[in-house]
Amino acid sequence: MFDWLMWFTHMENSKPLALVLFFGVFCGILIYVYTGKQRGQRLESYKYIPLDDDEPPAADAAPDGNRSPSRKVTDHE
Amino acid sequence: MVQSSALPAEQYNYDIVRKFTIMAMVWAVIGMMVGVYIASELAWPGLNLDNPALTFGRLRPVHTTLVIFGFGGCALFATSYYIVQRTCQARLAFPWLAEFTFWGWQAGVGLGALSYMAGITQGREYAEFAWPLDIAITVVWVSYLAVYVETLRRRNQPHIYVANWFFLAYILAVALLHIFNNLAVPVSWTESYSLFAGVQDAMVQWWYGHNAVGFFLTAAFLGMMYYFVPKQAGRPIYSYRLSIIHFWALIFLYMWAGGHHLHWTSLPDWVSTLAATFSILLLMPSWGGMINGIMTLSGAWDKLRSDPVMLFLITSLSFYGMSTFEGPLMSLKSVNALSHYTDWTVGHVHSGALGWVALISFGSFYHLIPRLWDTRMYSQNLIYVHFWLATIGIVLYITSMWVAGIGQGLMLRSFDDYGNLAYTFIETVEFMHTPYIWRALGGVFFVTGVLVMVYNFVMTVRSARREQAALDAKLAAKMAKA
Repeated sequence: MFDWLMWFTHMENSKPLALVLFFGVFCGILIYVYTGKQRGQRLESYKYIPLDDDEPPAADAAPDGNRSPSRKVTDHE
Repeated sequence: MVQSSALPAEQYNYDIVRKFTIMAMVWAVIGMMVGVYIASELAWPGLNLDNPALTFGRLRPVHTTLVIFGFGGCALFATSYYIVQRTCQARLAFPWLAEFTFWGWQAGVGLGALSYMAGITQGREYAEFAWPLDIAITVVWVSYLAVYVETLRRRNQPHIYVANWFFLAYILAVALLHIFNNLAVPVSWTESYSLFAGVQDAMVQWWYGHNAVGFFLTAAFLGMMYYFVPKQAGRPIYSYRLSIIHFWALIFLYMWAGGHHLHWTSLPDWVSTLAATFSILLLMPSWGGMINGIMTLSGAWDKLRSDPVMLFLITSLSFYGMSTFEGPLMSLKSVNALSHYTDWTVGHVHSGALGWVALISFGSFYHLIPRLWDTRMYSQNLIYVHFWLATIGIVLYITSMWVAGIGQGLMLRSFDDYGNLAYTFIETVEFMHTPYIWRALGGVFFVTGVLVMVYNFVMTVRSARREQAALDAKLAAKMAKA
């Protein structure tokens, strides 16, 4: 009943199968990433994440515009 | 997108990042000094002082362990703990477990180095730890995974930034590699026999060895790059979609390439060909990633004139591009027939290790240190001095190894008109003496640069403490007046 599973145990079968599967998945990722304008914009918007974790200017600046003594170094320096 | 208004030092666990940063520098100084010493031993063998613990064979794994796992490992722990908190806008999970990873990792690296000097080793390159240490390291590593995954799970940012993908892949892959490569039957507290035998053992070892390069020394440091390059440049990465393709291509391809370390051995020929093919394919994601990093500066190239930290980061990417071109080239069977077992391989490894891994780490440290101690770097000029010492050191190192390695390879396969070897072995050793001196000199330049960084770092921390003390005194005086 499960004899067909033996097919996978032969390296000459399983190697090209693995190649087709991996290559297929990779092509799928390529298509997913580079198709769809809205998806593209959404994905590209994530590149701002490292810059979004900066302190907001209000937390770092006193009312007269000088830096608060609590932080001497800001993230963009 | 979520933004926090709390001060970073209060919102995040910086204490653990500081500890790993300090230890990365400590291991860098010791490990690189050992490297210079053993490089000098090759030029002047008398330096082994007839002491077994100081011979090249014992000190070489001390050097590789201290620089890869000591310096590189601590740099990765520090930056990954920093980045995961900052990009997830969440405090590090399980602080006690993170603390355990710190002490466990330092103990593992330190005990490993001492055991090699005592002659205790498994004899597997980059995996020399005796089996009890292997088990201890596995426990530390699984703890690292738990801290990292739980912090990701607690994130306040809906998307997981790509740097974290690279770090997670590295943690998972290194766990797999470490466990399977170290499967062994212990026969005493210090000795064990590998579960694998013959060519299978060699294949498992180089599956581990190459992917340790691929995931520990490449993927993880790319995670560092994807955070610190945009951060230091003050602009986002060139293309986020390219970073996704970079990640998946690297993950798909790296695992297959290890066999190229065993060309022209009893390895089945198809495995050699497969490994060489995937090594050539690896050029694409590697250069994709390099271009993505460098092009982040597109339109702001002037930063290279004014910001020494940017110089470190961009030069490291250039070395990454160069060594990932050289690697596939050397994986071709015909080129490998010349390069293997020569110093060309040593030069190639160091163009990656010094040029890519160390420079990206230094650049990241120069970004991190002022933020961790909330002050400015003591001296910008010393950062320039460090950069030039490091760059000159690397160039001296890799060019001397090209001369030594290619020359050695050509000499070893030269024949006279009668089919006899044209050179004796000792003639190749004599030929390599001068390049070995230049290599040691390159190492001295590089270590001097690291010492300059450490001095700059110590002075920065001291001035941060002085500033804090002055601030506290001012506050106390104000309170007393009120």
